[in-house]
Amino acid sequence: MHEMYTLHVNGAEHDVRDAWIGESLLYVLRERLGLLGSKGACEQGECGSCSVLVDGELVCSCLVLAASATGQAIVSIEGIAPLGAPSDVQQAFVVAGAVQCGFCTPGLIMATHALLERSPDPGVVEIREELSGNLCRCTGYGRIIDAVQQVAVTRRAASSAEAPA
Amino acid sequence: MPVLIPATLDEAVSALAASPEALVLAGGTDLMNEVNAGHRRPETVIAINRVPELRSWTYDPVAATVRIGAAVTYGELLDEPLATLLPALAEASRTVGSPQIRHAGTLGGNLGTCSPAGDGLPVLSALDAVVHLAGTSGERSMSVHEFMVGVKRTARQPGELISAITLPVLSGWQGYSKVGVRNAMVIALATACVATDTATSSVRIAIGSVAPTIVRCAEAEALAAAEADFAVRRLPGDVVARCGALAAAASRPIDDHRSSAAYRRHAIGVMVSRLLRRAFPDA
Amino acid sequence: MTVIERPRSTATGSVTSRSVTGRLGDSVTRPDGVAKVQGSFAFSSDLSAENCLWGATLRSPHPFARIVSIDLTPAYAISGVEAIITADDVPGQPTYGLISQDQPVFARDVVRYVGEPVAAVAADHPETCRRALAAIVVTYEVLEPLTDPERALDGSHPPIHPDGNVIRHQRIVSGDTGATGPVVVEGTYEIGMQDQAFLGLEAALAMPDPGGAGVELFVATQWLHEDQKQIAACLGLPADKVRLVLGGVGGAFGAREDISLQVHTCLLALRTGRPVRVHYNREESFLGHVHRHPATIWMRHHATADGRIVKIEARFVFDGGAYASTSSAVLINGITHTQGPYKCANAVVDGFAVRTNNLPCGAMRGFGVVQACFAHEGQMDRLAEACGIDPIEIRLLNAMETGDRLITGQVIHNVAPVARCIRDTAALPLPDEPVGGRDGDPMRLPGGAGRTADAGNIRRGIGFAVSIKNLMYSEGFDDYSTARCRLASGVATLKFATSEVGQGFVTIAGQIARSVLGVDDVLLDSIDTGVGSAGSTSASRQTWMSGGAVNAACVKVRSLLFDHVAAAHGVDAGSLAVDGRDIVDTTGSLRVSVVDATAGVAFDETVEYHHAPTEDLDENGQGNCHTAFAFAAHRAVVDVDPELGLVKVIQIATAQDVGRALNPLSVRGQIEGGVAQGLGLAVMEEIVMTDGRVRNPSFTDYLLPTFLDMPDVVIALIEEPDPIAPLGAKGVGEPPTISSTPAIVAAIRDAIGKPLDRVPVRPADIVDLT
Repeated sequence: MHEMYTLHVNGAEHDVRDAWIGESLLYVLRERLGLLGSKGACEQGECGSCSVLVDGELVCSCLVLAASATGQAIVSIEGIAPLGAPSDVQQAFVVAGAVQCGFCTPGLIMATHALLERSPDPGVVEIREELSGNLCRCTGYGRIIDAVQQVAVTRRAASSAEAPA
Repeated sequence: MPVLIPATLDEAVSALAASPEALVLAGGTDLMNEVNAGHRRPETVIAINRVPELRSWTYDPVAATVRIGAAVTYGELLDEPLATLLPALAEASRTVGSPQIRHAGTLGGNLGTCSPAGDGLPVLSALDAVVHLAGTSGERSMSVHEFMVGVKRTARQPGELISAITLPVLSGWQGYSKVGVRNAMVIALATACVATDTATSSVRIAIGSVAPTIVRCAEAEALAAAEADFAVRRLPGDVVARCGALAAAASRPIDDHRSSAAYRRHAIGVMVSRLLRRAFPDA
Repeated sequence: MTVIERPRSTATGSVTSRSVTGRLGDSVTRPDGVAKVQGSFAFSSDLSAENCLWGATLRSPHPFARIVSIDLTPAYAISGVEAIITADDVPGQPTYGLISQDQPVFARDVVRYVGEPVAAVAADHPETCRRALAAIVVTYEVLEPLTDPERALDGSHPPIHPDGNVIRHQRIVSGDTGATGPVVVEGTYEIGMQDQAFLGLEAALAMPDPGGAGVELFVATQWLHEDQKQIAACLGLPADKVRLVLGGVGGAFGAREDISLQVHTCLLALRTGRPVRVHYNREESFLGHVHRHPATIWMRHHATADGRIVKIEARFVFDGGAYASTSSAVLINGITHTQGPYKCANAVVDGFAVRTNNLPCGAMRGFGVVQACFAHEGQMDRLAEACGIDPIEIRLLNAMETGDRLITGQVIHNVAPVARCIRDTAALPLPDEPVGGRDGDPMRLPGGAGRTADAGNIRRGIGFAVSIKNLMYSEGFDDYSTARCRLASGVATLKFATSEVGQGFVTIAGQIARSVLGVDDVLLDSIDTGVGSAGSTSASRQTWMSGGAVNAACVKVRSLLFDHVAAAHGVDAGSLAVDGRDIVDTTGSLRVSVVDATAGVAFDETVEYHHAPTEDLDENGQGNCHTAFAFAAHRAVVDVDPELGLVKVIQIATAQDVGRALNPLSVRGQIEGGVAQGLGLAVMEEIVMTDGRVRNPSFTDYLLPTFLDMPDVVIALIEEPDPIAPLGAKGVGEPPTISSTPAIVAAIRDAIGKPLDRVPVRPADIVDLT
């Protein structure tokens, strides 16, 4: 247990010392960097609770070997918005009732941001497919889909309001 | 340093030559599973997912081939123009895991793991893909059929890296099917790929998850090719049914907690018949 | 190695409700919502402490074996290992359990299921723990396991536990046992073992008191005080030396009602004198908590030619696995719901809960009624077919009403809108999309991205099912909840030990206080054992029970406030009322804001709310054993690929008897989430066991419904406030899980025209190639 490396997380450099080589990015984020928002529920890439962005791609941090992610831009849930100032997606999840126990929620917030970044006006089937890597055991997904659609509508309204007449 | 992140293929090959026991990490979607479960305790890791040669692909219109770097992800195989050049591979890629897995998992990793249930493998088999292996003495290439030796066993030698896979761009219809219990994020109970080539009037049928490695259904292929009218995409219904039955007979599935062997064999027949009907819509 | 030191979170259950407004009946948002979406909410797995160790558990690899010897020496040789404990290190009672204490903290002489704890280690890193577990040498003498529940009954296998192989047997004999009718239908139904599969894995942090005098445990659980009682007994400590604080809970669904890692974590902390945290991984979670009972249920219905039920005969066998857990209560729930929500005067029911070397089973959402409902609804469809009556009509014909007598002799005093549930469900719109939709997206068809089918391969089916579910605890259990309300300077502070597991009690509690007291600001104190028990977050009981307790505490405080205002203003306290944020004199002109009225004073009341007492069943299964009932109907529209056996559920429609929707958005969430679990049982979820071994203890092979498996849920809430319920509201959590499963299976049967008597329905079942 003597690995030393530096990770670039949420815009800042973090030194990792005395690590075991086999540690996943999820473990290092949570246990070494104190970024507890990413959740582990399967450690197999089968639930999406640990979703983060690595160089802009949505991935399961449990399946990223932390020591191999040096030099890559990592964004975790803590990098989405400052505490107490939730993003539009985060706010929509609260208002729409998309949160119950909340364990899957940070991963879903990451996945939803990634989805809307790529596809600002997704249809329901597209939402379902793009979020299908994120399991939720509480909600049955209905309110989550509602939240995603609400954000898309709000963003569309905002961008058309900004557009020149 | 036990985690090596080579910047070039040469560096990767040299690193592997220096530590032949090192674990080669591509997308991590298989390997990290084993590490997290305590089944593997890595000492040295070579992470190849940032080697440009491995992350890129090239299309040769003259040879009508696409050479895909081993660390190209499933997500990238879904993008154009690859999805149009290799439609069955794109269809297979869409069935892999979840979006998160498709962003990380690679075609080379799928081959390296060589699970019978590897989603991309029936396509590689149907297209008679060529696997390129890089070692300190250079590159060697072999047919994917030779490469896949058994359940999670390949012809890769110590010190070798899968560097690329070359696939032909065929002129006919091709498609892929996968049966799983869930409508997303599921391990295959059975898979099938049918690829037709108008230029050579050939039909290729490969099935997965029903034998130690991918099976090519030679008898079904021969029957379909003999009876098909490629110009008008016609294949009589009874021939479709017989081809399905021949493909099912070529499978050697097992009973396990995911399914019965009988179901898997049956599913192969249904999928191959339906794929052939898509390839040849006219009865 | 470095340890990231995190602030010890002593207030994990504590949330302020200040940012949230809204009263009873409003769709109020969760007070912990923002923290949860930002990832700052502290789940039990997020807790750590300075100098904290990791703990891990060694489990039996055998379903049944004698422990010959345990050698810890090689494990102690590993650097970083601080403690290893076994059965010899349990200072108090060696066993625990919710109803009977038959389960060892650690196996001593015998292991009775794969996964039974044998030892636990504490070390500096999870990887050190893994190595240490691998280094412990346990020598077993393998015994022949008892895995067939029928063999537990027929006496052909020697007892696997001193308490014997039958956990409980109960009969119900009601009315004229010789009665019959011209129509007789029967079937044998099987229900597979379902897992609660909450996402937030078992996790706890134990902090030892100086000198080992006691311990504080932060844990995700459903019932703090029951845990406290069982842990204290095993530790040999008085209950007040074992303090529990609710760690943020990532779902529960019944799996956190039993002890899992609690005692082990405390023992390791007391042994090492250091904080210890234990986190299960997913495989361990499958082995480490109880599951829904697999069951085999035979039923024979006798009916008149026009479809009225005359008599029901039934036999239930629930496989309880190696230890009793709540099996005896699950059995009673199952058999007392034999008739479903239908009138029935005559019955002969035999029910058994048995012990085997399979995984222990206990509570899961629906608690025995899921199994019963799958059987009685299969029977109703058989009856409809035999009588040539529409499945909806036959259910209406037999629908139970308030005042009806159950086969236990108990009279239903609740609101019982069964016919309305059925009619309102049937009236909900059907999906307007054709098979495959209009855009050709393969995701709309069974098989999804696997592109296994074209629209022409698919058949659509429709199925219907109705359920009755008891609410709260039964059989004479003194079921109560405690709440404390303090009102000072316009701020209400609530304290209760009610486990918030995601269901939203913290939201409801604030709504109650705002409604009763006319305040805006409600603070929720830490959820811990510093107040009386709230009972379990299970049995659809917390809105009724803890809601009743919070309401009663607030009402009591309000009455003190009214006395105070009456004295100050010389008015009659009896004429005062809360109106918005003010107190008003309904007979005069006085209007004073609650904030002003409470300036400089404080009122503080703690109340226990008990529901009406219940009775044990007698030897013929007669007695007023249940408290109250709720009802629901479900209609499923399902697309099936008959050749491949693949299924896609297209729509669920449901009308549910909720009494009164205190928070309609929250009710909707409970319904949609419950339906998802019912869908899972219907078509994919099962712990597969062979010879006592679990074949699929991972999310790769234990499949939960994804976004692409869950359809839209169309909901009609039936709001007929129940006069028995403290707030008019019935629990809403369980009914959606109960009748959604048989509705989906009925729809599959409708599509393929074959009987399907087992859940989950697997592709191979549909094509007869199991």
